[in-house]
Amino acid sequence: MKEKSGRMIADQTVKYILFISAILSIIIVLAIAYFIFRESIQAWKEIGFTNIILKSVWRPGQDQYGILAMIVGSIAVTIGAIVLGVPLALGTAIFLGEIAPKGVQALLRPAVQLLAGIPSVVYGLFGMVVLVPIIRRINVPGNSGYGLLAASIVLAVMILPTITSIAEDAIRAVPDSYRSGSLALGATKWQTITKVVLPAGRSGIIAGIILGVGRALGETMAMIMVIGNSVKFPKPLTANPLTFYLSKARTLTGNIAVEISYATGIHESALFATGVVLFALIIIVNASARWFIKRQSSIPTTRQ
Amino acid sequence: MNTKLETIEFNLYYGDFHALKDISVKIPEKRVTALIGPSGSGKSTFLRTFNRMNDLISGVRTHGDVLIDNVDLFKIDPVALRQNIGMVFQKPNPFPKSIFENVAYGPRVTGLRDHKKLEEIVESSLRSAALWDEVKDDLAKSGLALSGGQQQRLCIARALAVQPTVILMDEPAASLDPIATQKIEDLIHTLSENYTIVIVTHNMQQAGRVSDYTAFFYTDDTRTGRLVEFDETKIIFTNPADKRTEDYITGRFG
Repeated sequence: MKEKSGRMIADQTVKYILFISAILSIIIVLAIAYFIFRESIQAWKEIGFTNIILKSVWRPGQDQYGILAMIVGSIAVTIGAIVLGVPLALGTAIFLGEIAPKGVQALLRPAVQLLAGIPSVVYGLFGMVVLVPIIRRINVPGNSGYGLLAASIVLAVMILPTITSIAEDAIRAVPDSYRSGSLALGATKWQTITKVVLPAGRSGIIAGIILGVGRALGETMAMIMVIGNSVKFPKPLTANPLTFYLSKARTLTGNIAVEISYATGIHESALFATGVVLFALIIIVNASARWFIKRQSSIPTTRQ
Repeated sequence: MNTKLETIEFNLYYGDFHALKDISVKIPEKRVTALIGPSGSGKSTFLRTFNRMNDLISGVRTHGDVLIDNVDLFKIDPVALRQNIGMVFQKPNPFPKSIFENVAYGPRVTGLRDHKKLEEIVESSLRSAALWDEVKDDLAKSGLALSGGQQQRLCIARALAVQPTVILMDEPAASLDPIATQKIEDLIHTLSENYTIVIVTHNMQQAGRVSDYTAFFYTDDTRTGRLVEFDETKIIFTNPADKRTEDYITGRFG
């Protein structure tokens, strides 16, 4: 009897400890949101919402704090990373999930996961010593090698493991009965993948891409090292619109990290406002990922 | 009567495990042939030999001959072979696509683009599978929204759309209720006018009702499947040559 009540106390205690841990993470998120927002209030009040969000001149010396150029910078590198990274990630996920023999999987999967473990500053170094000199050879006036293209390529590699592993899970979750059904109808393996497996795993694959977007938006150090950090609005260097990606730029994250160490007063508050905008972007991206994942799991495989 | 499918001294191994031993059988054209026998006697494995679905399992080896229309089946490209030999699985497995797209899938993957033609094929296949009247107004509805029995008939329609000459059925009614089962059995009977049907079933009454010929598979402690007896269904059920067949059919084991 005595032993039983001891076990019950332990059981209750564990329950409370777990409950507190769960609550704690919510509190931390809310606290971060609260303090960042609180520090940014001065900027919103004195500079004004539209002057921050919609103006593209950032001159802290003259009290001009428009971050539109950084919003565009962040979105441009993210789009660049998605365009370059998604085909590569999907190709890897399809290869891992559908084609590769077990031995190759055992080699390739940890290699892809390892990409997730490389510190972002190391990606930055790689970008500086390898990518930037190569891009610099593109013969366009004003091209320094640093800029959106270098940043997009570095970011594409950085989001690869996220997208690959989630897309592979989605592909593996497609029931084998779909594959055998398709093959038994005389479809080739590739037709089975493109016409049955990928459509059936679509929601999960899209969720993976969206999580990759979230990761891309938040990346800081590697971006600072290769993007050039210009506060000017990124523009094509010549009449060719593709040279937009050779333009230097700055991301929202980079703006904060580069200036926060010496900023004071309204300047500092404007950097917190930059953080709020970033926070809002990432919440939107994560919410849409959640929505897609939910939709994926609610698709019935058979009627009950 | 013509022989559609034939195996001669056919053996199959999963790695070191000898799953089927020396199976020789002639499956007649445009008749229903039932494969019966206890679990693990290799009926389903034998069935999947004909559309080479066993090729997808690593470690499977075979020897002996398998012929379709007197041609060596292993010399035919599996993709082409599977367009000639359709398959219906134990659990209905429609794709998460519309009813129309499920049936149009086979013709589409073989390169048919003409929408008018696809519509014709979808309608005639659904009619042959006795599903048209139930779904003709809902072709855009998901195949997964149908009942289990309807799903299975959709899978039959999907197989018919590729215009095969043989249909393999792996316990097609095992997951269905008695009324849905009845419909599938009626359908098998109708389809046998135009198709060679090979059906695996655990249900003796079903084998008796739907098939013209029956093959009895058996396995002993070695778990190697052997063909004990092949004959007209009425002979197998009333006057089997082998004691084991009689024991199985009368329910003394298995």
